This record gives sequence, structure tokens and C-alpha cells, in this order.
Amino acid sequence: MGAVREFFDSLLLKELIKGLALTGRYAFSRKITILYPEEKTPASPRFRGLHALRRYPNGEERCIACKLCEAVCPALAITIESEQREDGTRRTTRYDIDLTKCIFCGFCEESCPVDSIVETHILEYHGEERGDLYYTKPMLLAIGDRYEKEVAASREADARYR
Amino acid sequence: MIASITGFGSQALGPAWPVVWSLAKIVAIVVPVLLLVAYLTLWERKLIGWMHIRVGPNRVGPMGLLQPIADAFKLIFKEVITPAQADKWLYFLAPVIIIMPAMATWAVIPFAPGVVLADINAGLLFVMAITSVGVYGVIIAGWASNSKYAFLGAMRASAQMVSYELAMGFVLVTVLMVAGTLNLTQIVVSQNTGRFASMGLNILSWNWLPLLPLFVIYVVSSVAETNRHPFDVVEGESEIVAGHMVEYSGMSFAIFFLAEYANMILLSTVATVMFLGGWAAPVDLGRMLGLQFPDWIVALSGWFWLFAKVFFVVSLFIWFRASFPRYRYDQIMRLGWKVFIPLTLLWLVVIAVWMQTPWNIWKAT
Repeated sequence: MGAVREFFDSLLLKELIKGLALTGRYAFSRKITILYPEEKTPASPRFRGLHALRRYPNGEERCIACKLCEAVCPALAITIESEQREDGTRRTTRYDIDLTKCIFCGFCEESCPVDSIVETHILEYHGEERGDLYYTKPMLLAIGDRYEKEVAASREADARYR
Repeated sequence: MIASITGFGSQALGPAWPVVWSLAKIVAIVVPVLLLVAYLTLWERKLIGWMHIRVGPNRVGPMGLLQPIADAFKLIFKEVITPAQADKWLYFLAPVIIIMPAMATWAVIPFAPGVVLADINAGLLFVMAITSVGVYGVIIAGWASNSKYAFLGAMRASAQMVSYELAMGFVLVTVLMVAGTLNLTQIVVSQNTGRFASMGLNILSWNWLPLLPLFVIYVVSSVAETNRHPFDVVEGESEIVAGHMVEYSGMSFAIFFLAEYANMILLSTVATVMFLGGWAAPVDLGRMLGLQFPDWIVALSGWFWLFAKVFFVVSLFIWFRASFPRYRYDQIMRLGWKVFIPLTLLWLVVIAVWMQTPWNIWKAT
């Protein structure tokens, strides 16, 4: 009996019609596509995007050239050189991140004792030539200056979970 | 109006006029077909997108309506590459042979009462004969590319097309039997006569209902015949790249593509003419309620219903593509030879016996 039913089920394309009904239903359901440039998915405050170097409110750069980030960086993307300034503090003369090497793991931000190097929420950036993605200290500081408010806000939002 | 054009033309051009007039008619058919093909690619991407809960192309122009034009420009400006080992002459002959039947068959398709390029008596035979030529294009393409994948694809494609043509042939023989004529216009007219048609319920009088199993077999065979999902082992991406057209690029590839979609539209139109009553409306309000519509409404509704039915069958093709996984090659062959051909043969006999009984519903025609 089972064999007979199976024969007629296959002859009458029962399963194929079930499949067509399923796709037919989905054709009229609400679409889940996000129209990217106009719509965006919400991002976590922990999102790890483009890097930035922050400053203190008085304008002094935070980085003290401890080179922990350089040491922890698994992709060897960070290069730091430092010197002693006239006021006796140690500061960087060079702070480069090669974004073509960077794997955006966030270790640099985790290791930083003064919250200087951070990863911002920015993901829409590009370089037109190979060298364009080699970010130097002034560029990173400029990003930090520009997005300080957002960076501070997302650190604030994430602080109570740390 | 047409009479005045022909009169003027034959005076102005003399003996060259019939040629010019035929060419004009060919252009009048081929250009809309090519436009439909272009927009069918968009409709396919849209519909499959919707079935995947996506929105489909929507970037080029409003709702993506200019997408086919962008695609066409891209393909036109791409380089046409000839493989060094290819047989150049055959290599460029193949796309021509493939597109030719897809276009030539339109000559006998009746679009409306009397609107047909060549109203020949052996229309059905012409359709069968011309569409089979496409297989040669596939074989030549695979052979002339001088590539293993192309050749494998061509072998698969030609074997599959030949097998399913038999089943399609038997289906069309049955239609020929019940209609009693090979002329496509007559086949449409004969479907729209009978008890239900005289009540205005044309949809119950069309061939699809009494010949339902054959209609299903015809649609499935035409999917296989055009090498589309779920019978697309010819160009199944996961196993054999792009089959017989793997070496083609630019416009020579675009012609294969055009031919595939033109064949889809063509076979849908043939299905419409054979089984879905051609240009007739599903419910003839004029005949049902005894109303008299102006001529232009009748003419326009004919075109509308033909388009609607072809659109429905073509959308079925796309719906299949969105729903079914690919058949294995031996399963395709088994379905063609061991299921469809015996079934159609059996049904041919059943219909033939039916026609000899007093319950013959086609006798009245």
C-alpha cells in the first residue's frame, strides 16, 4: 500500500507542488533586504572599525609611547618611535598603523593603559592607492579629534559591561 | 492602413518590395522579442529575489528597470575572446545556429486572429523542425571551443535536448490529434469552440483541462529542453562551470544567453497556443452576457491575454528555478526516457480511444 501511495505521490508531483507553494508564499512575504547606503544595521558600541588616537580634554595627546600596542599587535601593523620631550615626558614621534596588515582584533585598544588608541565605529573608508591605507600619527590624531564625541559616548555605553 | 502602405511600397520599390515588406515584418517581430528577452532577465532576477525574501536588482533606474540596458552595454563592450585552439569558423557559427531557431519559429506563432507572419498549414511541424536545429548549435559550440568542459557540457545538453524533444513531440501529436489540424491558428480556434466555449467559459474548453497530464509533461519537457533549472546540469555552476558556452565571452556569450531566454518565451508561447487557448480570454464576457464590445477592445484584449498567459508560463519557469534543486544527470535521462515517453505514449492511446467513444468532446468542432 505504501509503495502504491508513493508511486502516485511522485506521479502527481506532490512534493514538488509543496516546494512551489513554499517559495510562492515567500515571494509575497516581507523582504529582509537592507538597502545599504540608505539603511544601515545598528552597530554595537564595541564595533571595531577605523583606528583613532585620542587626546585629553586639555589638548594633550594621551599616548605615552609605552609600546604595549605595538607589542601585542598580532599582525605587526603598528610602528612606534618615541623621544623625551623638553618637559621630561615620553611621547611618540611616530605612530603608524598599516591598515592593510591590521586584522581589527582590538588588542591595541585593550592593551592601552591610557585609552589613547581606540577603534571607532567608522567602517566606510577607502584608499585609492596602496599607500593610502598606511595611517600616520597626524592622520590618526585627526580622526580622534573629529570623532571624539562618538568615541567617548560608545566607551561610556560599554563601560558598565567591562 | 496596411493596404495603403503595401500599395505605396509596391509602386515605389517594384519587385524589391516583397523582400522589404518581409524584412519589415521580421523586424516587427524580432525587436519586441529581443526587448522581452532583456526584460525577462530582469523579471527573473526580481522574482527569484522575492522568493529568496530579497528585493532583487533595484539600483539602475527606478525599481531597477534600466538594469537590462546596463547589462547589454556591459556585454557589448566586453572583448570577444577566441581560444587559440578553437575552430574559429565553427566557433562563431555556433551562436548563430543557436539563436536562429529561437527567432525563426516566431514566424508561425499566431499573435491574434490573422496576425501571423506565415500562416502555413504545417505550422506545428515547422515548430518541431526548427526548434530541433538548436541542438546543432550546442554541439558545434562544444566541439569548436576545443575545451573539455565545453565538450562535456555540449554532450550533456544535446543528449538531454534530444531526449525531451521526443516527449514533447508525442505531446504535440496528441494536440494535433484532438485539434485535427497542424495550423496553429486553427488549433487556437478549435480550442475556443465546444460546449463550454459557447457558454463563454473558454477556460474550461482549452486543451489544458482534458489533456492536463500532457500539459504538465509539456511544461516540464520545455524546462528540460531549454536546459533550465532543475534540469540545468549543462551549466550547473557547482560541477561544470557554464557548459558549452564556457569559452565564449562578450557578445558571443550574450547571444547564447539571448537564445536561452528567447527559447523560454517561445516555448511558453507554444504552450499557450497549444494548451491555453492562445489569444482568447478565459471568460468571454461578450458571448456569456450577449454583449457587443467595440472592435478595438476585442483586438486589445487578445494581445493582453496572450501576453498574460505567456507571462504566466514564463514565470512558472522562473518559479521552478527558485524552488527545485538540480537533478542528477542519470535522473534526468530516466525521467525523459522511462517516465515521460511511456506516459505520453500511453496517454496518446487513451485520447485516441476516447475520441472513438460517444463521449468524444472534440467531435463537435
